Amino acid sequence: MARETAIATKSFSGFSFLKGWAGVALHFTRRRPLGAAGALIIVIMLLAATLARLISPYDPLTTDYAAMLQAPSAAHWFGTDSFGRDVLSRIIYGARTALWVGFSSSFVGATLGAIIGVASAYFGGKVDLIVQRFMDLLLSFPLIVLALVVVAVLGTGTVNVILAIMVPMVPRCALVVRSSGLSLRQTPFIDAARALGFGHARIIFRHMLPNVMAPFLIMLTAFLGQAILLEASLSFLGLGVAEPTPAWGLMLKGAAVEFAETAPWMAVYPGLAISLSVFAFNLFGDSLRDALDPKLRVS
Amino acid sequence: MEISDRASPKIIIAAILGLMMLICSPATQAAEKETPRSGGELVFAVGGTPPSLDGHRETTFAMLHPVAPHYSTLLRFDPQGYPKIVGDVAESWTASKDGRTYTFKIRRGIKFHDGSELTAKDVKATYDKIIFPPEGVASARQGSYAVVESIETPDIYTVVFHLKQPSASFVANLASPWNFVYKAEILAKDPRWYEKNVMGSGPFIFVEHVSGSHWIGKKNPDYYMKGRPYLDGYRAIFIRDTAPRVAAVRSGQALIEFRGFNPAAQEDIVKTLGNKAVVQESPWVCNLTVSMNTEKKPFSDPRVRRALTLAIDRWGASKALSKISLMKYVGGVFRPGSEFATPEAELTKLAGFGKNIEAARKEAKRLLKEAGVSEGFSFTLKNRNVKEPYEVTGVYLIDQWRQVGLNVNHVQQEEGPYFNDLRQGNYDAGIDFACDFMDEPDLQLQKFLSADKSPLNYGRYKDSVLDDLYDKQSRATNSKERLKLLRQFEKRVLDEQAYQFHVLWWQRIVPHWAKVKGWKVTPSHYVNQDLRDVWLAE
Repeated sequence: MARETAIATKSFSGFSFLKGWAGVALHFTRRRPLGAAGALIIVIMLLAATLARLISPYDPLTTDYAAMLQAPSAAHWFGTDSFGRDVLSRIIYGARTALWVGFSSSFVGATLGAIIGVASAYFGGKVDLIVQRFMDLLLSFPLIVLALVVVAVLGTGTVNVILAIMVPMVPRCALVVRSSGLSLRQTPFIDAARALGFGHARIIFRHMLPNVMAPFLIMLTAFLGQAILLEASLSFLGLGVAEPTPAWGLMLKGAAVEFAETAPWMAVYPGLAISLSVFAFNLFGDSLRDALDPKLRVS
Repeated sequence: MEISDRASPKIIIAAILGLMMLICSPATQAAEKETPRSGGELVFAVGGTPPSLDGHRETTFAMLHPVAPHYSTLLRFDPQGYPKIVGDVAESWTASKDGRTYTFKIRRGIKFHDGSELTAKDVKATYDKIIFPPEGVASARQGSYAVVESIETPDIYTVVFHLKQPSASFVANLASPWNFVYKAEILAKDPRWYEKNVMGSGPFIFVEHVSGSHWIGKKNPDYYMKGRPYLDGYRAIFIRDTAPRVAAVRSGQALIEFRGFNPAAQEDIVKTLGNKAVVQESPWVCNLTVSMNTEKKPFSDPRVRRALTLAIDRWGASKALSKISLMKYVGGVFRPGSEFATPEAELTKLAGFGKNIEAARKEAKRLLKEAGVSEGFSFTLKNRNVKEPYEVTGVYLIDQWRQVGLNVNHVQQEEGPYFNDLRQGNYDAGIDFACDFMDEPDLQLQKFLSADKSPLNYGRYKDSVLDDLYDKQSRATNSKERLKLLRQFEKRVLDEQAYQFHVLWWQRIVPHWAKVKGWKVTPSHYVNQDLRDVWLAE
């Protein structure tokens, strides 16, 4: 009897948990339908990337020279490329590359930026001055130029592309998070932590960083779209991931120049995938900012 | 049947009608139209920029195409009858019976662009620089003339080359389009002067070079061949990327790009220009090879290298890749169709050149297993970051090797780091290329010699059997004997040891404006570039 009760309680808890998330999602959808649309596209992307092996009709790397440059048909919904590879399968697998590069570079970039921003705000004085001038220096380079410099120094390849995209993200996040950190520094609980003799690291990581999560999350989602676009740009320029890896920018590179007129599907679909994903992350990021920013919430 | 010796009226009328038809026929009209016309400026695109202006040190067409019209060479390939060799500054030549002495008579009255006369002294100074370069002076093809012992000038119109031993390729090497004849006086003062300056005796005089933008030449009124060149001048415009280069030809900003385009670009140009375009095609003395780093395991094992070449379906690649790229012809170490090429029946017996790809892949898997290379083994393929034909070939090879259970990481690099890695052995497998100005074993086999003999050997192996075969074939004066030695060399390189192996030989496709006349495509994009016979129909 006691066991049955426990199971019943557990099921009830799971259901409540789901109900709670569903409620949040429903609330978010009602309040911010555009953000919800963005989130839906992101979820579809995530599912496509995760289940690529199950849902893609063909192996994205297998060439079929009997089916080169075929227009969209029942056999190949999005047509084939100049190697006879299925464009739809490459787009599905390309979501993996986009999300892997996008998430890892934005997460690492935003996290490093947040730590630097908070530390800079916390220490203030000369440390803040030096750190901020260095950040200003990095910010003076346009995003793509800085990424190009990093790739030029380190070389091409997925890991280097992640680094190349991550580096320009750091100062942008540091700047935003620092401003939140500056107001936090003056709060009584930070003074109290200091008075209790906590170390700098403990104050920064355990007390300040959790309190800058809102701007951090906003920056993270905003960076995701930019990172996907940057990865596509670098691949398009031949500095990103290498063939035959399925990647949207790389697919555009191969198609837009030579086959724009004879096989436009080769450029149209990866182009749409890039636009749609950047659009989705921007919509979701904007809505998240609106939802998390107390000033906007009040207004 | 009776034959009358008097022509009947019917026959006379038929003959008159026939004659009229002949006069009015399109062929005759075309022949009339083909009379060269003087004047005009030829604008052509070049897919690169010259690193220096010295033909003796450079190896790129990007230097040759804009610079060659300023110079003469000792011998040259007949522009309308490649690979026939004719004299340029040499009026005639003779060889001694033992094949060790060659005497060249220099044409009188050839003038450099500064007005001074070109003599045997200038030819000697030129070849001294190429064959025995002073310290600090680079000579890219010095090795091709290792057989030369000395050069003499008994008089100002005679040059004599003394060879250490007879050489089958010596005369052809003197027709090298890279061997611009320089002025002895200038070389004596500064052997590196020609790296940054131009002063030759060719059909065009240098006018202007704006680095990265364009190059201009004007007609040489004192050119030794009367009535040539036909053009008033030429302008080479440097456009590195293929798409804008295609657009330039399509729009008429450039009338031709001599190196050639791939089939997609050709289709694009022809579609736009219609009957204003003509397309010249030829096999190309260029190929892509796969180089294996024999110092690294498991590539030090010939079984693994053989497995890698066996896995490649070259006949399938020929059909498929020729539609989208320059890659086309299946061949061994010599260009298919050339006098040295291995006949197909014999070629298909070499590892990786057979037509039964299933059997070849089965054998490849067996060899890999025997060599202890497990399914899913990963290695890196280094490649140039150039789409055509490098990336296309890289993608093809990776797919081929996947089919025998190998995972390949494709690393594309810019030219500098790429060659650096290959030279230093910082690679597993790499895609390499070879382009020559003619079909000649002495040239095509050099890259397969032992690493201490050939800087072009990126496989890093030493093989005295190959070196010995190379020397023997180079000295062979009997063509049958030479062919036999060449077959042995080929079998050892491509089959028994599979040190390096060819993927495909290239096709040369040059679509251009029909008004560009007098230029004939050849199997090399290095020859026939002095533009002296080129003219514009409009």
